Amino acid sequence: MPDLDQRISRWLETNTFHHSEFWDMQELVRAKREAGLTISLCIPTLNEEKTIGKEIIVFKSELMDRYPLIDEIAVIDSGSSDRTLEIAASFGADTYLSSEILPQYGSKSGKGENLWKAIHQLRGDIICYVDADIKNIHAKFASALVAPLIYRPEIQYVKAFYDRPLAVSDDMRPSGGGRVTEILVRPLFSMFFPELTALIQPLSGEYAVRREVLERLPFPIGYGVETAHLVDLYQSSGLDAFAQTDLDNRIHRNQPTSDLGKMAFGILQGFMKRLRDYGMVKELPEFHGLFRQFQAEGQRYEQVTREIFEEERPPMITLPEYRERHGR
Amino acid sequence: MRKGTAKTRPDGAALTYREKLRRLREILFANVVMAGEIPSPTGGERRLTRFLSDRFTECGLANVSLDHAGNIAGMLPGRVGERTLLVSAHIDKIWSETDDHTVSVGAGIMSGRGLADNSLGVAVLATLPLILEELEIDLASNLLLLGTTRSFGRGDLAGMRFFLGNVSHPIDAALCLEGIELGRLSYSSLGMARGEILVRAGSGEVENPDETGCGVATILAELVVALRHIHERESPTSRILVGSIEAGSGYSVPPRSGMVRFEIRSHEADHVARIGDEIARTVATASGRDGLTASLEMIAHRSPGDLGTNHPLVRHARGTLALLGIESHVAPSVSELALLLDRGIPSLTLGLTKGENRHSPSEAISLEPIFDGLAQIVSVLQFMDEGKLS
Repeated sequence: MPDLDQRISRWLETNTFHHSEFWDMQELVRAKREAGLTISLCIPTLNEEKTIGKEIIVFKSELMDRYPLIDEIAVIDSGSSDRTLEIAASFGADTYLSSEILPQYGSKSGKGENLWKAIHQLRGDIICYVDADIKNIHAKFASALVAPLIYRPEIQYVKAFYDRPLAVSDDMRPSGGGRVTEILVRPLFSMFFPELTALIQPLSGEYAVRREVLERLPFPIGYGVETAHLVDLYQSSGLDAFAQTDLDNRIHRNQPTSDLGKMAFGILQGFMKRLRDYGMVKELPEFHGLFRQFQAEGQRYEQVTREIFEEERPPMITLPEYRERHGR
Repeated sequence: MRKGTAKTRPDGAALTYREKLRRLREILFANVVMAGEIPSPTGGERRLTRFLSDRFTECGLANVSLDHAGNIAGMLPGRVGERTLLVSAHIDKIWSETDDHTVSVGAGIMSGRGLADNSLGVAVLATLPLILEELEIDLASNLLLLGTTRSFGRGDLAGMRFFLGNVSHPIDAALCLEGIELGRLSYSSLGMARGEILVRAGSGEVENPDETGCGVATILAELVVALRHIHERESPTSRILVGSIEAGSGYSVPPRSGMVRFEIRSHEADHVARIGDEIARTVATASGRDGLTASLEMIAHRSPGDLGTNHPLVRHARGTLALLGIESHVAPSVSELALLLDRGIPSLTLGLTKGENRHSPSEAISLEPIFDGLAQIVSVLQFMDEGKLS
């Protein structure tokens, strides 16, 4: 275990950044040009009219007009019933309906579906994904994630993390992920992929990845997409392919506990599948796809079930349409 | 940073400005969002000052500097540089550091605390160098951009007051930016004085102020009624506005201290002083009753001033608004404009867009009319630059 501890400590020293390290935007843009990279920003949406306008305005102003770091800003929408797409388009984002991208492959419901289709639709050598529900949006949510990829060619995948100062004592501050991270993903990583525990917020929706990595990853279409990415890339390239950037604070709407259960159920499906595929466990039974919760009404308890099936899209590189569009 | 040469302003140029400036839409709106989400209470403006300082520096302004009052200034040197024009916006907001400053952007509207007063003004100040660059306008005069601190309440315009007392360049003309209301045309200032009446219970040894069950509330109410009587007698030349009454904190404990804040406004300077003296006498008479003490503190004063309806600057501003199809609303000011006029500097305060719910958590500004507001600002600046102000 000392070796493992040392590897994690070394990685934390070399591959964990704070956004303030990338304050010099002119230098970042110069380095990007010199590296000959193009960068796409992808915002997956479903009914985000309250926050999408501000995100587009800030990213377009700061990272396209002032500092030409991002080459395209795209909103990939799952079929919003509100004015998400109208507002995004009015402030200059490229807007797409997920169902209209690669329609011959059908349309599936889930955030992972949007992320997968973005690989085909967008042009960048780097794709930076940013969730649409951030209330305290700032240019650093994209620039500080693509920066390690620009400056360090060996890094493939950069995750965001955020301080959550629940308590402060003796100059130590707890750093942690969200609730699902701490009670599900971190225990699972500790048991099966202990090096991945160094990622402070593995489920963060903000991350930047090189195209040549994304196109070779299978994509769970639902909640399990982030965890699956981490496990798959770790298996092929090890911890040094990753980096993470501290973005200080992220203010967003809180999910109810019942939704966290569904998320955990989806993540577990994808994770167990990978344990089986990588030969790390033997003879797992078929998974039940029905997630069961209960609600009480007086002395009566009602069963609430929801079918959650973490279907997966194949690596984009296996699609001939993709290879043709991107010259692969 | 600027390109192009001097241009003579064609008739109707403001109409073309309005369209051209849409190209800066995201930059301007992003500045509004960022200025809006930085808390900047009166006396605690440091973070917003830093934001403006960064923007001024990025735009290549000269002499970007913070003065002893916390004001942030930057200079866009003029082609000739013999004259200096001032554009200012106050950067303090009425909201506290801990209030939620989140800005929401919808279709054609932006909402959040302090957007109208005065995040939009600050954002336009931050964007003004880019606006002039986009329009290829190269002013002959130096353009001094100034974000002022401590304008509200007890701040008493301390930022602008300090600046005018210490500025090294004589100011030839000035423009104050306010978020709302588009069409606002302020070229005069009212005489004004602000006061606070503090009523406190005594030691309780002589008489018990709680016996009536009302504590200081009775005397506070009597003082408010007295202010109202003076207001009714002096109106319409002068007015007394009661801005707040504070006392107590619950349901069952009579308040032992309380405060009334008021403002006297008048077109006549001597009226303000006379009414202030009368209020002081009223407070003195009330003090000592029922074991209570009442005291008056006057915390802010303005002298009345007026550029005059026929001043060339006023006529030009009114003409520009008409050209843009905007109805002008003449409104005397009691803010920074008063200090500028008091020093004999030809000055205006102009609004930038339409808005609603000013000073409420749901304060909102309309986005589309901002381009009219910008066009009017540029047109007025160009007129000031021509120097025909006498």
